[in-house]
Amino acid sequence: MIRAHVLVCAGTGCTSSGSAAVREAMTKELEKHGLQDEVKLVHTGCFGLCALGPIMIVYPEGTFYSRVKPEDVPEIVEEHLLKGRPVQRLIYNDPGEKAKAEEVVTSLNETAFYKTQKRLALRNCGVIDPENIEEYIAMRGYEALGKVLTEMKPQDVIDVISKSGLRGRGGGGFPTGRKWQFAADQPAGKKYVVCNADEGDPGAFMDRSILEGDPHAVLEAMAIAGYAIGADEGYIYVRAEYPIAVKRLSIAIEQAHEAELLGNNIFGTGFNFDIQLRLGAGAFVCGEETALLTSIEGNRGEPRPRPPFPAVKGLFGKPTIINNVETYANICQIILNGADWFNQIGTEGSKGTKVFALGGKVKHTGLVEVPMGTTLREIIYDIGGGIPNGKKFKAAQTGGPSGGCIPAQNLDTPVDYDSLKAIGSMMGSGGMIVMDEDNCMVDIAKFFLEFTVDESCGKCVPCRLGTRRMLDILTRITEGKGEDGDIEKLEALAEDLQNSALCALGQTAPNPVLSTLRYFRDEYEAHIYEKRCPAGVCKALLQYYIDPEKCKGCSLCSKKCPAGAISGEIKSPFKIDTSKCIKCGVCMSTCKFGAVGRK
Amino acid sequence: MKSLEELAAIREKMASRLALRENAGEIRIVVGMATCGISAGARPVLNTFVEEVANQGLTGKAVVTQTGCIGICQFEPVVEVFEPGKEKVTYVKMNPEKARKVVEQHIKNGNPVAEYTIGSNQ
Repeated sequence: MIRAHVLVCAGTGCTSSGSAAVREAMTKELEKHGLQDEVKLVHTGCFGLCALGPIMIVYPEGTFYSRVKPEDVPEIVEEHLLKGRPVQRLIYNDPGEKAKAEEVVTSLNETAFYKTQKRLALRNCGVIDPENIEEYIAMRGYEALGKVLTEMKPQDVIDVISKSGLRGRGGGGFPTGRKWQFAADQPAGKKYVVCNADEGDPGAFMDRSILEGDPHAVLEAMAIAGYAIGADEGYIYVRAEYPIAVKRLSIAIEQAHEAELLGNNIFGTGFNFDIQLRLGAGAFVCGEETALLTSIEGNRGEPRPRPPFPAVKGLFGKPTIINNVETYANICQIILNGADWFNQIGTEGSKGTKVFALGGKVKHTGLVEVPMGTTLREIIYDIGGGIPNGKKFKAAQTGGPSGGCIPAQNLDTPVDYDSLKAIGSMMGSGGMIVMDEDNCMVDIAKFFLEFTVDESCGKCVPCRLGTRRMLDILTRITEGKGEDGDIEKLEALAEDLQNSALCALGQTAPNPVLSTLRYFRDEYEAHIYEKRCPAGVCKALLQYYIDPEKCKGCSLCSKKCPAGAISGEIKSPFKIDTSKCIKCGVCMSTCKFGAVGRK
Repeated sequence: MKSLEELAAIREKMASRLALRENAGEIRIVVGMATCGISAGARPVLNTFVEEVANQGLTGKAVVTQTGCIGICQFEPVVEVFEPGKEKVTYVKMNPEKARKVVEQHIKNGNPVAEYTIGSNQ
């Protein structure tokens, strides 16, 4: 008889911090103590607090262990599972607050990281074993599909989704119900349901975590969508770089088939629905819906002009709805709890919750889900724990290469589709990268443009050449070769791209440049006119120098300098030869007297 | 899956197993599992509680957990039952047979088994 459950995260984050070895050690230790029939080891999806992985939770106590190493496992088994004494030193302690021995947080839900979150799309992630369909069913899985098939007409389903106010979570924010209605209104015949799981924004991993932690939720929602629009076939387009997600999806599809929750005559109602996986080769443009459909058809992933929209003429020329993973992850909850339950969460124009992948210069990197309208400050400071090392917040980047930067003065902006758009960024799929005073905004803009230049498919001229030219100018600026008029040229190119590129990749590519120009124009100007990088990032603009007042003439820096650029006599101030200096910064970190400076 | 009843049956079956992860149950049955408890035979007591709670269909109502040494080693195995709004009941010198009776009388029907409590053993 099982008396305790040990949940170990098997998501990508914890897997890369070594959770597989922890699970192995746990299996061995449990057997060693003859506990395998009393304690159940469960592999779950992502808990969200990836920075503290590998994560382990022991129930019924709900004890939350972080950074567990294989060598900690014998202690956990002997002390906690055998003797009932939780291992205090491994229990997660809220950083930021003074740790007091008697106030150690043992339960996950009490931590600052989870307290203010509202988990709808991630509700099963880190709670159930994603490779076990019965655990999903225990959490009311496939009940929504059953309800839809036995109690509702297709139009009723669309009405509920429309009324809920759910908007696409992939970035665009198009009302999901309206999209379904378009496809349903097409004449009956072959139609398709597609799931866009080609998550490509740098730093974003919301969809991956849902697929890894709760794959059945996506399958069930797709079947519901199929019933609503009159389709009997679905495709999930997922990146091949997500091996764990692909594996769990394959297992889930197989189990759903065995349980006859996919296939023919589901619940004996005569409704048929089947789902196939298609693996993408990792091209960013394939996240654009028309390019994605072209890729599923077996062709090179290039976008095509809209209209016709996919709802009218999509996959193989048939009416198709294409929704993002996170959008699907909300569907079953809306069906079960009703449209009114859902549209009470969030703001006027943005209902429900949004998952963000929090990364960059923030203490708790990981996955957070908050109601729409939560402010950036709450996400970064309350949940994310603020900026590490006492540095100052500079900006948050949302929406990836298509989005923009939000500066400190907008920290109290509620995060929803319309507010973010109004300040020149966008919701995007949910990547949120936090930057501090050490980040150069010109360099950030350059980074995202490098990405779009690499990922531009080349089909249309504005994107293929326009992004390239913009990158050339930015590169010049960061190398100290910026000229008067460069900013204006960037702005003109950006406008042309927005107006003439074929698909969203090109149309939104200038956003990182435009938003940094809007809020950090002075940094651009410092690079161009003063040949200076205020954040000290752009190497070509840096100069190292030795302060003769502080230098004791110990010669340590000249010994460490790999370029032989520092010379001088012992006990008198040394000097850096800037023509030889390669700006590696070794002298600065070597000096014990703080005599080496950078400007 | 040919009917909603079939789905409901699986859900029922699994719900009791997953209840463990929800910190559910108003009643907490805490078994002392320090070295003193284990050597006095706390493990079979613990396992009996887990089994009986499940067998009697009480998984939603009570949760069985363990704790360290309470400090009254001569009375081990010690089991404490916490119920919101009521004083805790401390059972001493437990064995599997007594455990079954505690589940039957106390957890299920709400009548603490006075003869096993610490008050009757001092």
